[in-house]
Amino acid sequence: MSKVSVLKFIGSLLLLLNLAACATGGNPKDPWEGVNRKIFVFNEKLDAWALKPVAQAYDAAAPLPVRTGVSNVFANVEDVWIGLNNLLQGKPVAAVSDLSRFAINSTLGILGVFDVATELGLEKHEEDFGQTLGVWGVGDGPYVMLPFFGPRTLRDTGGFIVDTFASPLGYIDDIPTRNVTRGLKVISDRADLLSAGNALDEAALDRYAYLRDFYLSRRKSLINDGRRVRSNEEDSSIAGTSIAMDTDVEIGAHRLVFVMLDRAYPALHADVPAADASLTVAGTDT
Amino acid sequence: MLKFLTRFAMIAVLGAGLLTGAHAEDAPDVLIKNATNEIVEILKTDKAIQAGDVKHTQDVIESKVLHYFDFNKMTASAVGREWRSASADQKAQLAKEFQTLLVRSYSNALTQYKNQTVDVKPLKMQASDVEVTVKSEVKQPGAKPVAIDYDLTKTADGWKVYDVYVAGVSLVANYRDTFGQEIKASGIDGLIKSLHEKNAAKVIEKK
Repeated sequence: MSKVSVLKFIGSLLLLLNLAACATGGNPKDPWEGVNRKIFVFNEKLDAWALKPVAQAYDAAAPLPVRTGVSNVFANVEDVWIGLNNLLQGKPVAAVSDLSRFAINSTLGILGVFDVATELGLEKHEEDFGQTLGVWGVGDGPYVMLPFFGPRTLRDTGGFIVDTFASPLGYIDDIPTRNVTRGLKVISDRADLLSAGNALDEAALDRYAYLRDFYLSRRKSLINDGRRVRSNEEDSSIAGTSIAMDTDVEIGAHRLVFVMLDRAYPALHADVPAADASLTVAGTDT
Repeated sequence: MLKFLTRFAMIAVLGAGLLTGAHAEDAPDVLIKNATNEIVEILKTDKAIQAGDVKHTQDVIESKVLHYFDFNKMTASAVGREWRSASADQKAQLAKEFQTLLVRSYSNALTQYKNQTVDVKPLKMQASDVEVTVKSEVKQPGAKPVAIDYDLTKTADGWKVYDVYVAGVSLVANYRDTFGQEIKASGIDGLIKSLHEKNAAKVIEKK
């Protein structure tokens, strides 16, 4: 699936959700719960039937150093965009560290196969454009379960679109190579999560809600770079008021997504979707 | 003679260190470190756990790990505001079921253990602190480290963990919305019933 068809897909989905928006009276952060739950079931089946078995086969076939190398190469390529996001978030020191990581790992680490930079004390960061928007004050917006890609907020869906554009993987000219590369990334990412096992099954009364609440807290923690809000401030009893205060920014996020989609649509051309969707599964953003 | 004295002193100091190492009034970071090392050691040597025997893992957790936790405080925090309106009997049942749920999830996670190492960060604290957070990092070859933080509270019985944050997310608070909705829909007894059914379902599954 090319970037544009991914965009088209997400765009139609959001429009659909907007049309179907019916307050189900549940969690105020999840007004589209009904549709989201259906997509969640779809994603879980897709994972159980296709993604997880493939990842398990990969885990069994490729020795650990190979898997680690593959993970590292993808992670290395991301470091530039992570650095830019740190810069956009006003963290120049972290940004320099990320860019140095890229420089070191691309050379000493032989095209990113070895994560030498971590050994040298340059810690890997986790940033994306959704977080940057969060730092800039854009509210979460409603929770969205994207097919294939997993949980997002509306803001993070916008961020995800920008991330997709920024990813160098999309700029590989040769289409088969690009698809294989993306497919490998999906499998490698999923394989990294195999050790999480069926934690969701074991821990959750309601898997959908557990994953949603985990995702939302995780994003909050990432935006704050791990500095945590004391748990009583996260209490659901005050969530309603904070949502109300966030409405303006949320409308901002809505508009942002649609402006970006607007810009993307004229560029649409016939594209053959391929099974290379970069997929995120259950609580995976770690 | 002097040599003997210094050696004796050293042994005494070491011995004292070992003794306090086993004591409940450890500093919180030492406590977490010892507990983690103890668990890692068990995981490395216990063949039944390595084979994925969840029931056995659960027994080990119950005998070795449970006393580090304050389940009443954890349950109160997960239930949120409604905790105050629960009767003493309901509170006891909630805490019991929640404990079972957490122990099971934790046991299951442990059977997935593959050579992770745990790095517990030293804690800076004031002598007057009654609530502290101990930070740790779980490292696994070929994967990004995962931050695990423990909130501890000082009790008459030593420091007790009352919340665990995985990658910045409170495992206790994560239940709050689900529990809240369950209580809203079918009351505190409804929540106890759901938890009980969830725990019971798993026992049947395993047979």
